[in-house]
Amino acid sequence: MAMTGVLRPGHVVLRVLDLEEGINFYKNVLGLVETGRDQQGRVYFKAWDERDHNSVLIRQADTAGLDFFGFKVDSPATLDKLEADLNAYGVSTERIPAGEMLETGERVRFLLPTGHVFELYAEKTDVGNGQPYVNPEAWIPAAEHGIAPVRFDHLLCYGPDIEKAQAILQDVLGFYLVEHIELEDGSGDLGIWLSTSIKAHDIAFVRHPEPGKLHHVSFLLESWEKVLRAADLMSMNRVAIDIGPTRHGVTRGTTIYAFDPSGNRFETFSGGYQCYPDGKPIKWSQNEVGRGIFYHDRVLNDTFLTVLT
Amino acid sequence: MEQRKHYTVVIRETGESYRCQDQESLLSGMARLGRKGIPVGCCGGGCGICKVEMLSGDYASRPMSREHISAGEEAAGVVLACRVYPRSDVTLRVVGKMEKSVFRPRVPDAA
Ligand code: FES
Ligand SMILES: [Fe+2]
Repeated sequence: MAMTGVLRPGHVVLRVLDLEEGINFYKNVLGLVETGRDQQGRVYFKAWDERDHNSVLIRQADTAGLDFFGFKVDSPATLDKLEADLNAYGVSTERIPAGEMLETGERVRFLLPTGHVFELYAEKTDVGNGQPYVNPEAWIPAAEHGIAPVRFDHLLCYGPDIEKAQAILQDVLGFYLVEHIELEDGSGDLGIWLSTSIKAHDIAFVRHPEPGKLHHVSFLLESWEKVLRAADLMSMNRVAIDIGPTRHGVTRGTTIYAFDPSGNRFETFSGGYQCYPDGKPIKWSQNEVGRGIFYHDRVLNDTFLTVLT
Repeated sequence: MEQRKHYTVVIRETGESYRCQDQESLLSGMARLGRKGIPVGCCGGGCGICKVEMLSGDYASRPMSREHISAGEEAAGVVLACRVYPRSDVTLRVVGKMEKSVFRPRVPDAA
């Protein structure tokens, strides 16, 4: 098996200002499937084609933003090994017991230097995608309810010390750099796009003074046509659109940025290329950042670097 | 057709005014002024970019992030324009991050 170690982003927990409004949005507008609620008041969702019990959790709070996110690893043995490797690298970790999140095994949690709470876990109950594992159909009605992405795909985090986060993710957890935007003065990067798979990004970071900020949580659609359908649904539901439909230069995905009812930005995108760990990273210079982020507009919009939760 | 109420919103510093429905946030009304630089952010009370101070008039508000507006500020009328809906004619003052952009066209270049 080629893909081992850290497999993919598996869950993200978001704060919303009004839970009922959030539930309606994630269920009926974005079109995720609700899979449970826990005693802490968190509501669990997954995209229709995901097989694990949950990928997106929301909870009501008096601020918007990101609580934490978790990446799935291939086995409990890998979880133990990566925890030991993190500790040896000087990163302290904490174990969250199995069951603290519904249908989810033990989690190893640590704080990235960017101020983001990062988790690893090995086990989450397979509830399937609504199809049998023997002789399935191609899709189910949930695939047409709302925007209906096929999966939670990646997230873009804003915070300081992105090179330190990059070092941990590359040196300890096996991520590799796919693209980066170099700062004008050459002193480092403005943004980095990292993969732990053959996706052009599983996580990305942009340098920012405040720690722990969320730029967006991203959801995969199957085609450009579905991106346009998502834009139609956003207008029908009066969703605040940030930009798009357009294309990113970085990763080449076709995309829309928009906001959930509490102001957390999300992305619905399709495409982008596939990559391998032996590929040479693509570099963008800061004077071409507009084309890198929004390939058609060729300038950053007012909100890209400033509107965060 | 349901009856919609329209109110007048005055931005004190510029004297500009716009009409805003009772079901529409002060920010979306302001965005219709079409002035470049009005930073329409997340429109959900999460990012804090649209901070204003209410100087007169009645309004209803929806939950807004305590990261950007303390309970004391909210009680004193400092709110996020995307979460506030007019209930009478109102006068507001733009504060915080938005201030620079709203006034940029009128402030002579300091340099
Ligand atoms: S636009 Fe983000 S808080 Fe109002
Ligand atoms: Fe993205």
